[in-house]
Amino acid sequence: MIRVLNWVDERFPIRKLWNEHLAEYYAPKNFNFWYYFGSLAILVFVIQVVTGVFLTMHYKPSSEHAFASVEYIMRDVPWGWLIRYTHAVGASAFFVVIYLHMFRALLYGSHRAPRELVWLLGCVMFVLLMAEAFMGYLLPWGNMSYWGAQVIISLFTAIPWAGEALAEWLRGDFVVSDATLNRFFAFHVALIPLILTGLVVIHILALHAVGSNNPDGIEIKKNKDENGIPKDGIPFHPYYTVKDLFGAVVFLIVFLGVVFFLPEMFGLFLEKDNFLPASILQTPPDIVPLWYFTPFYSILRAVTYPLFGIDAKFWGVVCMGLSIVFFFLLPWLDRSPVKSIRYRGWMYKTALTLFTISFIVLGYLGMKNPQHVDLFLFPNLVWAQIFFFVYFGFFLLMPLYTKWDKTKPEPERVTFK
Amino acid sequence: MDDRVDNKRRRFLTNITAAAWALGGTVAAIPFVRSMTPSERAKAAGAPVAVDISRLEPGQMMTEEWRGKPVWVIRRTPDMLQKLTGIDDVLADPASERSEQPQYAQNPHRSRLPEVLVMIGVCTHLGCSPVQNFVIGPASGLGEDWPGGFFCPCHGSKFDLSGRVYKNVPAPTNLVVPPYKFLNNTVILVGEDDGGTA
Repeated sequence: MIRVLNWVDERFPIRKLWNEHLAEYYAPKNFNFWYYFGSLAILVFVIQVVTGVFLTMHYKPSSEHAFASVEYIMRDVPWGWLIRYTHAVGASAFFVVIYLHMFRALLYGSHRAPRELVWLLGCVMFVLLMAEAFMGYLLPWGNMSYWGAQVIISLFTAIPWAGEALAEWLRGDFVVSDATLNRFFAFHVALIPLILTGLVVIHILALHAVGSNNPDGIEIKKNKDENGIPKDGIPFHPYYTVKDLFGAVVFLIVFLGVVFFLPEMFGLFLEKDNFLPASILQTPPDIVPLWYFTPFYSILRAVTYPLFGIDAKFWGVVCMGLSIVFFFLLPWLDRSPVKSIRYRGWMYKTALTLFTISFIVLGYLGMKNPQHVDLFLFPNLVWAQIFFFVYFGFFLLMPLYTKWDKTKPEPERVTFK
Repeated sequence: MDDRVDNKRRRFLTNITAAAWALGGTVAAIPFVRSMTPSERAKAAGAPVAVDISRLEPGQMMTEEWRGKPVWVIRRTPDMLQKLTGIDDVLADPASERSEQPQYAQNPHRSRLPEVLVMIGVCTHLGCSPVQNFVIGPASGLGEDWPGGFFCPCHGSKFDLSGRVYKNVPAPTNLVVPPYKFLNNTVILVGEDDGGTA
């Protein structure tokens, strides 16, 4: 065994890679629960690739056969139902994990210097993941697939002058059609996963170059022993490989429980209208995107006033775009001298709490009819407009309240019990 | 063997190689980008559709497919036509000045014959198909003043019985009226009028 390893090592730096990224990569010893979600994202990515490959063996990307081929997978392909449900639930699990992964950054300042590039790469992956999920949702060619794609592609028509041509270029037709389905298939199974794989590698390389942040938000590289090893660092392998494998087991118990017993999650993961084949003539009565898009969808719908002589439609699309663009800017909007929420004052804590509430409420409202009253007093649209300002206030006022906020002194070494 | 390096020559060759690749790369992208535009087959599809309205009762609506889009034909009652007047102040484009329709449909009833309305049933906001709500008043769920019309379930845009859009909803313009003509008293040809095929 050792001889084989030596033979390889003389031709490829396998030991060097192993040591740099696992056995001698020193991560802070005070990681907590929030640090599971990076490795879990990789696990879900692998689950999606594996189940996706096996679905591709039976799925037919044509408007005529797509819906029937998905039903064929569900009914006739041995274990096809399990593979498809795992893939469908996996999509939602991916967003759960990624949202928690991103929230961790907001808690402990993982996006801030010197990790801005790690954060930017993550944001790009987040956008790509949304594209991947959106395109994948068209593939079953259910009625919600069809109309969801119709709405999202129509967003581009809001762009002055070039919009209509751009939407036609994306669809390859004047309406969502067979041509659209076929190209979405190509992007969903080949192009985007390929780019994502590359970005995951770069994301991790960039992280390992600057080193991991931790719940105290202080740099462990400032305190090194005589061998140049951070005093508060422990080798990633075996310490965190074991921790992450344990976390993965807990995750898989919950995840597979959902796959086995609640794969549709009451219409949240698989909408009931998608059990009907696409119909060009009939929009589903309650058209909503899947839950992970609803906060942004709410923002789109909240804009109902024209501005500067341009339609509300255009501004709705602009605001929805901005609601994601602001995530990219976070490292530069935050002016606080400390990174972790542990040493921040009440202002950031309040702002983050309000932002989290607005994200959840907007997500809830995005699934509801804008004219109805589902909360209290006002119709859903009005509530969405209120939380629209809370959402954007978090970003726009951040340079001010992070500067004014009274912070506590950071410790010299990480807190560890 | 001469060890001297001609840096000028080296830089020139590097630059010209880079320029050639940039130009070649851009040109090579053209066929790929173009391949994603609507194909000749997609462009050729979309012949006019004949719609027989002989069995369409007053106050009813029927849906046909033209170019992959729903086309609505509604036979309005005198009462419904009456509802089109006096609501201009709640409409965003009551005279259909900013909206898309043939010349002969740029009037309050937005049609050739006042009672027969032909429209593309696609919301001008983001392309959902609105639903009919011909119930009048609070029972419609759209408020006391609702005179009947169309409601888009996706983003809440409202249109009157001529497809004219309300103010303060996301849809910017009225529903589109396609070119059409009457072949006889009961058959409409959608997609073609005396001005030619759309």
